[in-house]
Amino acid sequence: MTDPNLDDPAAAKARRGRNLLLALSLVAFVVLVFVITLVKKSGA
Amino acid sequence: MAQASPPAILVGAPAASWRDYLDLLKPRVMSLVVLSAVTGLVCAGAPMNPVLAAVAILCITLGAGGSAALNMGYDSDIDALMRRTRGRAVPAGRIQRSDAMALGVALSLFSVAIMALAINLLSATLLAFTIVFYAVIYTRWLKRRTVQNIVIGGLAGALPPLVGWAAASGAVAANAWLLVAIIFVWTPPHFWALSLYTSEDYARAGVPMMPVVKGAASTRRQILLYSLALAPLSVAPAFTGLGGPFYLAVSLAAGTLFVVLAVRLATSRAGDTAGEGDGALYDVKAASRTARNLFAFSILYLFLLFTTLLAEHALGVPPLAWGR
Repeated sequence: MTDPNLDDPAAAKARRGRNLLLALSLVAFVVLVFVITLVKKSGA
Repeated sequence: MAQASPPAILVGAPAASWRDYLDLLKPRVMSLVVLSAVTGLVCAGAPMNPVLAAVAILCITLGAGGSAALNMGYDSDIDALMRRTRGRAVPAGRIQRSDAMALGVALSLFSVAIMALAINLLSATLLAFTIVFYAVIYTRWLKRRTVQNIVIGGLAGALPPLVGWAAASGAVAANAWLLVAIIFVWTPPHFWALSLYTSEDYARAGVPMMPVVKGAASTRRQILLYSLALAPLSVAPAFTGLGGPFYLAVSLAAGTLFVVLAVRLATSRAGDTAGEGDGALYDVKAASRTARNLFAFSILYLFLLFTTLLAEHALGVPPLAWGR
């Protein structure tokens, strides 16, 4: 079965935007945990 | 009212953009939640690492967004019936209901877990309670069953200052509960003013809002009663060691204007005739302008109270002598 949205440029653009947002969210999560760890380890 | 079948993705509906996912989190509601939580955090007066303070605010923000996404997912059936909400991503078919719910669950779990690990258990517990109260008790049980839905459910919107206070100090003081009480009493006049000119929508969706069940006249009267209680309650922080001279002046002036607008609404015919709102938040017909004016001012009112408190504490303005 093929996805009718695959050939639609607008749908592809929206999908790229969602993927980018998801990637940025994952990076932000890693950075957040890293920063919290640093602050906690410093005893502040 | 039982929930109807959720709308499926509509054939030919435009694909969801990141903006649709952001809207799922109700950013406008979120901004007031964040403001009240920051106020609670700062007013607690406890020293806190700025990074951890930012993490606490982030958790409260994401928790509010998560509960909003759960609400949008669960309510997509009735949102599709109301003019004001039918353009939202889930009822319009751009986002699947299950995706909205999954986002809501993920954000809720993430925010509570980080709050517990990075800040303290009390604030995480209060945040979890707030999310569950909004997404389950209000959205699933109260909203479709009782005319007091937004009165009881208003507790969820009122708790963020308590969460912020607990995040900063690890405890909750009487003044934190006072901030909760202000938002709790503010909620009914705020939502009932809106529902006066959107009651057709609520009636169509089967949501027992006050104007639908008790009528417009009774709603206008109850808005006035809550407003008469809210105005002095909002001045109270100036007498409990929380607010300073600027807060006293702002709360007195804004409270007086709130009551004046509520009296104007009570003596008007707002909500008496059908088709007054056309589903818009602010662009309403002449008959409902008194309701629209109170609804719009109520947002500014809460914003003024909390920004003044926040500014006083941030700038080191001492509270009034009789409150210390």
